Amino acid sequence: MRIEYTGLSEIRGSLIALDGVRDAKYDELVEITLAGGRRRRGRVILIDGERVVVEVFEGTDGIDMANTSTRLSGKPMEIPLSEEILGRIFDGTGRPADGMSEIFADETRDINGAAINPVSREYPRSCILTGISSIDATCTLIRGQKLPIFSGAGMKHNELAAQIVRQARVASDAEGEKFVIVFCAMGIKNDTADYFRRDFTESGALGRTVMYLNLASDPIIERILAPRCALTAAEYLAFTLGYHVLVVMTDMTFYCEALREFSSSKGEIPSRKGFPSYMYSDLASLYERAGLIRGRPGSVTLVPILTMPGDDISHPIPDLTGYITEGQIVLSRELSQKGIYPPVGILPSLSRLMKDGTGKGFTRADHPDLSNQLFASYSEVSSARSLATVIGEDELSEGDKLSLKFGSEFESRFISQGMYENRELEQTLDLGWELLSILPRSALSRVSDKVLDEHYKGAE
Amino acid sequence: MEKQPHYYIYGINGPVIKVRGGRELPRMSLVYVGRQKLFGEVVSSSGEESVVQIYEDSTGLSAGEEVEPTYRPMSIELGPGLIGSILDGIGRPLSRIEEMAGPFIARGMNLDSLDPEKKWDAEVLIEEGEVLRPGQIFAKCTESGMIEHRSMVPPQLSGRAVDVRPSGAFTVGEPIAYVEDERGRRTPLTLAQRWSVRTPRPFASRRSIDRPLVTGQRVIDTLFPVAKGGCAAIPGPFGAGKTVVQHQLAKWSDADIIVYLGCGERGNEMTQVLDEFRELKDPRSGRPLMERTILVANTSNMPVAAREASIYTGMTMAEYYRDMGYHVALMADSTSRWAEALREISGRLEEMPAEESFPAYLPSRLAGFYERAGFVDTLGGDEGSVTVIGAVSPQGGDFSEPVTQNTQRFVRCFWALDRSLAYARHFPSINWNNSYSEYLTELMPWYAENFGADFEEIRGRIMSLLNEESSLMEIVKLIGADILPDDQKLIIETAKVIREGFLQQNAFHETDTYMRPAEQMAMLRTILRLYDSARALVADNVPLRMLQETGIFAELERMKFGLGAGTTAEEYMRKVDGAVEHVRKLNS
Repeated sequence: MRIEYTGLSEIRGSLIALDGVRDAKYDELVEITLAGGRRRRGRVILIDGERVVVEVFEGTDGIDMANTSTRLSGKPMEIPLSEEILGRIFDGTGRPADGMSEIFADETRDINGAAINPVSREYPRSCILTGISSIDATCTLIRGQKLPIFSGAGMKHNELAAQIVRQARVASDAEGEKFVIVFCAMGIKNDTADYFRRDFTESGALGRTVMYLNLASDPIIERILAPRCALTAAEYLAFTLGYHVLVVMTDMTFYCEALREFSSSKGEIPSRKGFPSYMYSDLASLYERAGLIRGRPGSVTLVPILTMPGDDISHPIPDLTGYITEGQIVLSRELSQKGIYPPVGILPSLSRLMKDGTGKGFTRADHPDLSNQLFASYSEVSSARSLATVIGEDELSEGDKLSLKFGSEFESRFISQGMYENRELEQTLDLGWELLSILPRSALSRVSDKVLDEHYKGAE
Repeated sequence: MEKQPHYYIYGINGPVIKVRGGRELPRMSLVYVGRQKLFGEVVSSSGEESVVQIYEDSTGLSAGEEVEPTYRPMSIELGPGLIGSILDGIGRPLSRIEEMAGPFIARGMNLDSLDPEKKWDAEVLIEEGEVLRPGQIFAKCTESGMIEHRSMVPPQLSGRAVDVRPSGAFTVGEPIAYVEDERGRRTPLTLAQRWSVRTPRPFASRRSIDRPLVTGQRVIDTLFPVAKGGCAAIPGPFGAGKTVVQHQLAKWSDADIIVYLGCGERGNEMTQVLDEFRELKDPRSGRPLMERTILVANTSNMPVAAREASIYTGMTMAEYYRDMGYHVALMADSTSRWAEALREISGRLEEMPAEESFPAYLPSRLAGFYERAGFVDTLGGDEGSVTVIGAVSPQGGDFSEPVTQNTQRFVRCFWALDRSLAYARHFPSINWNNSYSEYLTELMPWYAENFGADFEEIRGRIMSLLNEESSLMEIVKLIGADILPDDQKLIIETAKVIREGFLQQNAFHETDTYMRPAEQMAMLRTILRLYDSARALVADNVPLRMLQETGIFAELERMKFGLGAGTTAEEYMRKVDGAVEHVRKLNS
C-alpha cells in the first residue's frame, strides 16, 4: 500500500514540490487529487533527500498548497496497448480522446522505451515508393528510416505528409503487407489535426491509424509525452504485432519549444537560443526509435515535420534534427512562391539511406546514376540563373541557356505534381532522363557512357 | 575491524546521483548504485556528499537505496577477443548483451569486455626465472586472421618469471606465469589485463613524425595528408559527408588496426559498419575488414554519461594495441556529441558555464584526448602509433563554435567539409581553400621517396591552379566565362579536371573508392602534362576551343574510372600527346 501525502511545499510553473517523502522512485507516475476531487497526473523529476519535485502533466492551475493530496504509483508512466488502438484517438498522455471507453490492454509499456541494441538492428534497405517524383528519384524514403520534412510557416508540408501517407507502398513486397499509421500531433492547431483526420477518413486509412493528439491549447507537459506515447505504440505495433508502421509527427518545433519552456521552469542552464543543453539527446531518444530489428517482421519509419523558424536551417531545431535523422526533405520558399507543389528543394534534401536501397536489385539499375546527375545538373542551374540576372539571358553561352531551360522544365514538370497524382517509379525515372536530354551529352559527366547509351535521348 | 560505512542514494537528477553515508568517496572511482547495481563513477565529492554519474537510465531508483563503492577507477579489460567485437561506451560487449536481454538494451548488465570462457591457443615466449620488464611480450596468440595478439607484462610490473606454464590453450583469466618481485610478492600474468580508461598508457618515448597514414583518398593523400601518430579533425554541417569520410578511412587506410568509435551517432550507421566490414576485404591482406576493427557504439539514444566515457574506452584500446607494436587509427564520430555529453552532465552538476554553456574545462579535456595520439617507442622496445581522426559536428555548420575552435588548437590537420560542395554532390566535400595539413613539411622526405621526387612541386602547382581558379571564378560570376582570354580559360578548364576528375571520389564506386598512391601521382602528372602542352598551344595563338573539341579534358575527368578498369597511365599520357599533336597539325 502506497502512502498518500497531503499538502505541498511549493508550486512553480508546472512543478510541485513535496517534503518528507521517503519512498519516491525517480521518474515514477504520481496521482494528484485536487481539493474538489479532480485528479491530475504527474511524474517525479527530481529527488533531493526527502524533497521530491513532480511535474504535473495538466499544469498547476487551480492547485492549492494545503488541500492537495498526492499518491506515488511506484511505476513509471505507462500506456495500455493492444491491437484495439488502431482506429482510435488518444490525448498526449494516452487516454482516449474520442469519447469512447478505455481499451482492453494486452500489456502496458513504459513510454520511455529502451534503446535498440545496435547489434540487433537490421540495416534498412527496402525502398518505400511515395509516388512523388522529387522524393522517389532523388530523396528516396527507405523502410525503417527517419526522414524529416523541414518546412516553413505557410508551406504545404501537411499536404505533402498526407500525400505520402496516402500513396506510400513498398516496391519489392508482395500484396497484403500489414501497413499502419501512427499520427502524433504536438501543439498544432485544431484545423490541422482536423485536416489529417479528414484526409485519413477519405482515403480509408482511419481504421488503420492511431492518433495521439496534443493540440495548441493543451498543456505543454503533455506535448513532451505525446511523441513518447506514439512511438511506444509504434514499437508495439511493429515489433510485437509485426506491422509496418509509418509515424508522422508534427510539429517538432512546438515540441522543442515545450521542452524549452519546461526546462526554464526547472531553472536549468540554457544553451543555444535558450534551448536546454540536452535537446540533442532528447530528440535522439525519439528519432532513434525508428528502425528494423533482425528477425522481427515489422518496421518503424519516421516522418517528423518541423517548421524552421524564419526558414533558417541552422536554427537549433532543424540543426540538431538533421544531425540525428537519416537525411531531410527541405521545402523551398522560392519554389513555394512560384506556386510549385510539392516545393521540395532538391539540393538541400538528402536521403542518407537511398544509396543502399536503390539501383540494381532494389529499384531500377539506372536510378542512382540518374539521381546523381539530376543533382549535379540542377546545381548548375542556379549559377546560370544568377549570371543571367547580371548580364541578361541573351548574353549567356549556349550551355548556360540550355541549363536554364533544363532548370525551368525540371521544376515545372518533374518537381511539380498534383496532390492526388501518384507517379509510378518508371514514369518518374523516364521523365528524369527526358529532362536530362535537354542538356548536351558532354555535360552529363556523372554517368558512364554505357548508361548514357541506354537512356540519353537528346541530340549528340 | 572498522565498520564498513553504509552509502546510500540521497538525491537523483537524471544520471546525476547524490550519495551520502560515509567518508567522501575517491573521485573517479567506480560505484554500483541501487538494487540493480547500475554502473556509476564518482565525479566530485565534498564532505559527506559525493556526486556520482551513472552510465544507465536512472528510472525507478529511489532515495535510500544502497550504493556499493569499489574504490578503484573505471577500467576495462584488455586482451584477445577485442578485435572484431562491438562494445558499448563503457566496454560491455553488445553481442552478449543481446544474447542475454534481446534486441533492447536492458539495465544493470555488468559484463566484462572479453569472453571469460573462450580458450586461446597461446604461445608462451618466456622462460622460468627470466627477468621480465614492463611491456615485454610474454605470450602471443592468433586473435583474428589479420592480427596476432601479443600479451604484455603490464606497465609498472617487473620481476622474475616463476611457475611458467607451457604453451597451450588458456582463457583470458588463467595465469600463464607469475611475476615475483624482490620481496617475493607474486602477481599472475594472464592474457588479459585491466587498465583505467582515463589514464594514458605509458610508453618509452615519443618519436618524431615521419610517415603519413596512406588512405587511398586522393584529396587527403596528396593535398592534406595526416601523419601516423597525428591528429586530424573533420568538421562539417550535417549532410556534408563526415561519416562517409570516416568510413572510407576506416576501410582503406593503411593502419594495422582500426578502432571505430560511434559516439552519440545513429544506430543504423553502426549496423552498416558491422555489416559492411564483415563483407569488405582489406586491400592488402584480402581478409574481411572486421578482422582488424574494433567498434565502440554508444548511439545517441544510449545513456549520456557512457557517451562521455566512450572516447576514453576507445582510446585505451587503441593505446593497448599500439603498445604491441601496431599502427592504430582511432576514428571518433563525433567529438561534438562527446562535448555535448560533457555539457549536459556539467549542467546537471550546476557548474558555472563558459562559452555556449560548455564547461570551462572543455579545452583541457579536448587537449587531454588529442595528446594521447602519437608515434612512440613502446615499453616493449617496438614502435607503434595512434592516429586520431575526430569528426566535429558544429552547430549550424558554423566553425566559430567552441568545439571546432578548441579542436583546431590541438590538431594539425583540418579537413573542412563544405555544405555548398555537398549540395553540388562534390564528395568528399573537403574544401581545398580552407583545409590544411601542418604535417606536410615533416612528411616531405617520405613523399619524395614514395610518391616521387617531384611530389612537392606537383602538389604546389595543383594548389596554385585551384587558387587561381577560385579568384577567376569571382570574375566569371559577374561576366561569364566567354569573355576571358584563352590562358585564363585554360586555368578554369584544368581546375575543373582537377576538381571533378581528381578531387571528387565516389565512395560507392567499385574501383574509385580507393586509389593507390602511384595512380594518384600518375593522374596528377597527366593533368599537368595536358596543362603545359595546352599552354604552349595557347602561347602559339592556337584557340583553346580546338583542344576542347578533341574531348581530352572530359577524357581526363574520367581517367579515374579508366585506371580502375585497366587502362594504364601511359595510355592516358599518349592520349594527351595525341590530342595536342592533332590540334597542332590542324593549325599548321
